[in-house]
Amino acid sequence: MNPRRKQRLFMTSFVLVATALTVSLVFMALEQNMNMFYPPADVAEGKVPLNQTLRAGGMVLEGSVERASDSLAVAFTLTDYQGSDFVVTYTGILPDLFREGQGILVEGMLNQAGVFEAVEVLAKHDENYMPPELMDMPGTVSAATAAEPLPRLGERR
Amino acid sequence: MIPELGLYSLILAGCLALATTGGGLAGAANPVLQRWVLSLTIGQWLFCALAFGALIWSFVTDDFSVAYVANHSNSLLPWYYKVSAAWGGHEGSFLLWILIMSSWMLALVLRSQNYPPPLVTRVLAVLGLMNLGFICFAVFTSNPFLRLIPMTPADGADLNPLLQDFGLIVHPPLLYCGYVGLAVPFAFAVAALLEGRVDAAWARWCKTWTNMAWAFLTLGIALGSWWAYYELGWGGWWFWDPVENASFMPWLAATALVHSLAVTDKRGAFKSWTLLLAIAAFSLSLLGAFIVRSGVLTSVHSFAVDPERGLFILLFLLAVVGGSLTLYALRAGRGVVHVSYGLLSREFFMLINNVILVVSLAVVLWGTLAPIGYEAITEAKISVGPPFFNVFYVPLGCALAAVLAVLPGINWKRTIAARLQPVLVAGLGGLLVAVLVWFVLDPASLTVATAVGLAAWVITSHAADLWGKRKALSRAYIGMTMAHLGFAVTIIGIAVTATQSVERDVRMLPQDTIELAGMKVTFLGVKAVEGPNYLAQQGVFVVSNGDTDFSLRPEKRRYLSGGNVMTEAGIRAGWFADTYIALGESLETAQGAWAVRLHYKPLVRWIWLGAVLMAFGGMFAVLDRRYRTLRARRPSADMAAALS
Repeated sequence: MNPRRKQRLFMTSFVLVATALTVSLVFMALEQNMNMFYPPADVAEGKVPLNQTLRAGGMVLEGSVERASDSLAVAFTLTDYQGSDFVVTYTGILPDLFREGQGILVEGMLNQAGVFEAVEVLAKHDENYMPPELMDMPGTVSAATAAEPLPRLGERR
Repeated sequence: MIPELGLYSLILAGCLALATTGGGLAGAANPVLQRWVLSLTIGQWLFCALAFGALIWSFVTDDFSVAYVANHSNSLLPWYYKVSAAWGGHEGSFLLWILIMSSWMLALVLRSQNYPPPLVTRVLAVLGLMNLGFICFAVFTSNPFLRLIPMTPADGADLNPLLQDFGLIVHPPLLYCGYVGLAVPFAFAVAALLEGRVDAAWARWCKTWTNMAWAFLTLGIALGSWWAYYELGWGGWWFWDPVENASFMPWLAATALVHSLAVTDKRGAFKSWTLLLAIAAFSLSLLGAFIVRSGVLTSVHSFAVDPERGLFILLFLLAVVGGSLTLYALRAGRGVVHVSYGLLSREFFMLINNVILVVSLAVVLWGTLAPIGYEAITEAKISVGPPFFNVFYVPLGCALAAVLAVLPGINWKRTIAARLQPVLVAGLGGLLVAVLVWFVLDPASLTVATAVGLAAWVITSHAADLWGKRKALSRAYIGMTMAHLGFAVTIIGIAVTATQSVERDVRMLPQDTIELAGMKVTFLGVKAVEGPNYLAQQGVFVVSNGDTDFSLRPEKRRYLSGGNVMTEAGIRAGWFADTYIALGESLETAQGAWAVRLHYKPLVRWIWLGAVLMAFGGMFAVLDRRYRTLRARRPSADMAAALS
């Protein structure tokens, strides 16, 4: 084999091995770090795997937010206004735009008792914004748009 | 009247862009058409500037009959935010994008005497075509000059409070300079493919523009990260959010391009690969625009969702990628020259660098787009979190640092192993730092020790190299070394901040004292303060770390129009650590308890300082003489390239 072809062969195999390694690693990592999203109906009907990190979302039910008196623990109910809801517990600081009636996402695990233990609460930085995950959930779009008389074309950051 | 003039100017600029493209592609060899294209480009810039000026005028004069102004401004807003509000939303920011695009074209015109006229004509023609696409997008789907007549509101809806900040004034313009600037190397690549000629001179010309665009992109991303850190109140500096990834992907491609161009410039190798990277970098910046402006992904900074806009950008993206790749497939193979090099050569190290960067790029691309693909196939919705990215970025970053540390000892073509001695000696310095870090850190972390040790090795080996070459240093070499040192500084910042930060979310009553990383933080209470267009509750904290005391005053602001609430963190910035306090919510108790977030973030500034060093290094390199005496193009090299 002449040196030119040898060099090319070497380069090509270097690139191919790197690519193959990456692709398999990416798939493995994705498998482990992918969070499925579930709407309230799925959580309420028990379609959600227990003790596995996932995302859920819904509207914060009016009057459901309860703060502990001595810590940062908080509990609230997420609903789709269609009869399905579930309780979320969280310890920490809620985002600025966390409000009753607001669409939010939570990330965490569902425990045996059917309570969602959130490690992260995501409310978006715009009162008109609806996370795409919640867009096609029945009842949410009307609730979000009803609050705002003038449609804003705005951006959130 | 003024807004209508703005729209007319924009449409006129579009017509001129069309003429630039037509004239440039048809008559690249025709001296009359060459001059014509230059004049048309200047005209294009002029009308884009007029259009943008008209929008600024509408903002400054509080013309709420313009829908975009009514939605993004308010009469109470300070004047500088009225100006920057012009790019605070989708339509206006896209107009800024167009203005920046035409400004890059103007810069090319101003430097046009340095390039062969046919080449610069073709480059401008390609850029004109891109700008035409952007202007059509603005005029047909995102017109910022739409009026609200007769339903003109009395006052505007106000600018999102997050955007009422110095960050908004500088972050988008710099970022867009980077995004759009990548169109220039793209246009150079397409022009080279049209001409069928890629040589060292071409690489040198292209490198100037790539370096500048890359430097702007670096600054833009760093500023965005810094802004998110102090403005969002979470104390984080990178979230692997789709929109952040959208800016990071073109950055990775551009970084690879800067290195690959160096090989094409110095050794005439990697030609096809360089062209492909130039195409990829700009395509990725368009993909970024698509991700940000179509709202397909959940992100902290999506624009309002509008499927029509998303579709337009997607079609444009497909046309650009499809067109340029077709051209590439037809032409790229022509000028293949064989350049031989050994394993211990700069060429091979650049190849490793490029493989690492492209793998990093693939990881981000995959992690960002996987939710879309997954939903299309299974209809289930997923999100990909930071752990996915971290799994890859820790080893990839370390590998890149390791390769970089050895680089100063490596020559072009081949290196005698003995020449590596200084680098290995410098490695002892890195090893020492790693061991030190291992013992100092609590808890000891092998990853952090490795990363910091490798970064220290990069610093020692580059410093030794600078010292050794101190008598014959070119600006390009100093710039490169600066950028590499910046990379090392960023790595140290990331490794230390990510693992050694202390974060506490606590409930505090007035006069409570808690301990944070060896400091005592006392909460004195909350008082009401008034800003120009907001009311704030200001928490007063006294932090004492033995010998010095300082106070931090984080705020919770409620903006008068719209009633948005926003957190303004109190930050004590330091070279070695930041102390960061943000108010959570008032816990409605009689004693006045508040939820408080306290952070101690060691070396967090190094992340951005390193990025600034990288950007300045990239810009400094452009000042080198070899990039200024441009016109000479060696005919022999051209012939060789054209014939082989």
